[in-house]
Amino acid sequence: MVFRHKHILGIEQFTREEIHFILDTAESFKEINSRQIKKVPTLRGKTIINVFFEASTRTRTSFEVAAKRLSADTYNISASTSALVKGETLEDTAKNLEAMKPDIIVMRHNASGAPHYLADRCDFSVLNAGDGAHEHPSQALLDLMTMRQHKGRIEGLKVAIIGDITHSRVARSNLLALQKCGAEVRLCGPGTLLPTGVEQWGVPVFHRIEDAIDQADVVMMLRIQQERQGKTLLPSLREYAMYYGLNRSKLSLAREDAIVMHPGPMNRGVEISSEVADGPQNVILEQVENGVAVRMALLYLVSGGEQLEV
Amino acid sequence: MKTLIKNGRVLDPAHQIDANLDVLAVDGKIAQIAAGIELPDAETIDAGGLLVVPGLIDIHVHLRDPGYEYKEDIVSGTRAAAAGGFAAVACMPNTNPINDNKAVTTYIRQKAAAEGQVRVYPVGSITKGLKGESLAEFGDLQAAGCVAVSDDGRPVTSGEIMRRALEYARSFQLPVISHAEDLSLVGDGVMNEGFVATQLGLRGIPWVAEDAAVARDVLLAEFTGARLHIAHVSTRGAVEIIRAAQRRGVPVTAETAPHYFTLTDEAVRGYDTHAKMNPPLRGAADVQAIRDGLADGTLSVIATDHAPHHVDEKNVEFNLALNGIVGLETALPLTLRLVEEGVLTLTEAIARLTIGPARALGLPGGTLEVGRAADITLVDPTCKWTLDPARLLSRSKNTPFGGWQLKGAAALTMVDGRVVYQR
Repeated sequence: MVFRHKHILGIEQFTREEIHFILDTAESFKEINSRQIKKVPTLRGKTIINVFFEASTRTRTSFEVAAKRLSADTYNISASTSALVKGETLEDTAKNLEAMKPDIIVMRHNASGAPHYLADRCDFSVLNAGDGAHEHPSQALLDLMTMRQHKGRIEGLKVAIIGDITHSRVARSNLLALQKCGAEVRLCGPGTLLPTGVEQWGVPVFHRIEDAIDQADVVMMLRIQQERQGKTLLPSLREYAMYYGLNRSKLSLAREDAIVMHPGPMNRGVEISSEVADGPQNVILEQVENGVAVRMALLYLVSGGEQLEV
Repeated sequence: MKTLIKNGRVLDPAHQIDANLDVLAVDGKIAQIAAGIELPDAETIDAGGLLVVPGLIDIHVHLRDPGYEYKEDIVSGTRAAAAGGFAAVACMPNTNPINDNKAVTTYIRQKAAAEGQVRVYPVGSITKGLKGESLAEFGDLQAAGCVAVSDDGRPVTSGEIMRRALEYARSFQLPVISHAEDLSLVGDGVMNEGFVATQLGLRGIPWVAEDAAVARDVLLAEFTGARLHIAHVSTRGAVEIIRAAQRRGVPVTAETAPHYFTLTDEAVRGYDTHAKMNPPLRGAADVQAIRDGLADGTLSVIATDHAPHHVDEKNVEFNLALNGIVGLETALPLTLRLVEEGVLTLTEAIARLTIGPARALGLPGGTLEVGRAADITLVDPTCKWTLDPARLLSRSKNTPFGGWQLKGAAALTMVDGRVVYQR
């Protein structure tokens, strides 16, 4: 397959075949991560700048590790050190970065559409590492990779995504990727955290976690972000945990071999109890591990893919 | 000075005139409307194939002058108005300083008279500083030339202040224009709340934020008996509330803008900041209701909400972009599309741009009458053209209609018998 995408802005842009192709590519990179010398020369001479306008440890580090294992030169800019705090516009920031001739900009931004803005105006490849409440494509891909490893397939899997659907880019990207790959997605959350028009995605929407989890193959818990929800959407974390938190007894409604996923960072005792987070069904650290492989695959593919040596 | 407009199709909705007539203007006033006028010493304009209509009136524009001249000023804004076929505009008070006092009103009037191309009717603010706290001096504003009051750009959040504004305005027979929006329901929304916003991950502004505010103000108009005009109606619910109120005799009129009957929130896809305005572009059912409201006269006014912004204010992330688009130079062809699509008759379309707005604010004009000012627009209803934003006469180019194939345009705009624009 020839990978023709210059930018990776969202799952939106991919076909089912392309998603599996990315996952296959990631599988082949995964092996590098367990070698003694975890480095291949594939992206030697490429310049990758990680521009994070929003705090992130996991995703930024994962992208940086991925780039370095492919021998790219990587640089990090975060909101606190960037000109953004000095009032520079995104366009000026982009043009200045462009003048340094990077090959790829990996960007996280709190504004939905910010990577699209960059892609429209600059020469380099843009890789969306999360934009507002819109998309987080690499997260969805690593989630699908993890599901595929455990279940051998995506098609037909019953996947329950539970929590703050309204503000979650992880939920959107996963929903799109899973739908394209033929999984049965269920969404669940309290009325205040389900977005308007949610039913138009064509998936069942539940208000009771018990209904959503019933016979699920995969239970994906979303992070409750107090800073995003403000004061009006939930009365308390205590009540959220009671009704929407995943504990052992709720998890028992899922299939016996169900896996539990979380994009991190977890709020233990809120959306997920420690007994589940540390229990035998959790695959949370595998998600992180697969994240590096998926990001290696994405960096490799937008750099021209097949023409490069692995 | 005699000007004779010959061979045109005169369309004057207020007088139910639709006939091939000639119009003679003498010394800035309409002197005669009749068939076959011959006057060799008059300057003759051949209006063959054109519509001869009352000078169009736009009762909702932002001229940005004083204070934001980098976006627009009275000169550039009235030039754009003339090019769009408008002989008169009413300008909103959210300038800097705000038009909440006689001095600013006088400045606008004087500059418009000296340098403007078309009539400019200032709208004063309802509250001092648009703060929503205490009433501006309506009497003084009116004496200086304001034709209405509005806090446009912001709602009057307090029901009590709005009640008092309506009561006080009533004593001066001054219409109150409501920017109806419940800000607590708007929150930090940046586009219409609905599936498109959900897909794009953008915060939504629900229709109920508009409907609830329209309902309150309509009820306050009913309670006080004061003249109320609702600005930029965009939702189905607002149309229904206004229609029901009009049926029971509440003195309320309402306007919509061309973008609300032309575009849906689908236009936001791709994060196009030229599709960002307030109220936001709504869903297909709302667009249909707006069209129905125009057709049955619930919405008797098409106004542009012409809102010029500098390119730097739009060329940013979607959530940071300022609200609004320029509209003066696209309103006429977009309105004529409704005729093409069978939503309005030609007479109704012209009425929404002439007598409708004149009556809403009690302005002179909007009709062709012997003895009145010769404010006349010649409309070429068939010419086809492609909108190139760079060629707009407005100082700002923020339009979502760039590249659109449009049909119909002002061929000539006349104010007081003086030609202020000719295509």
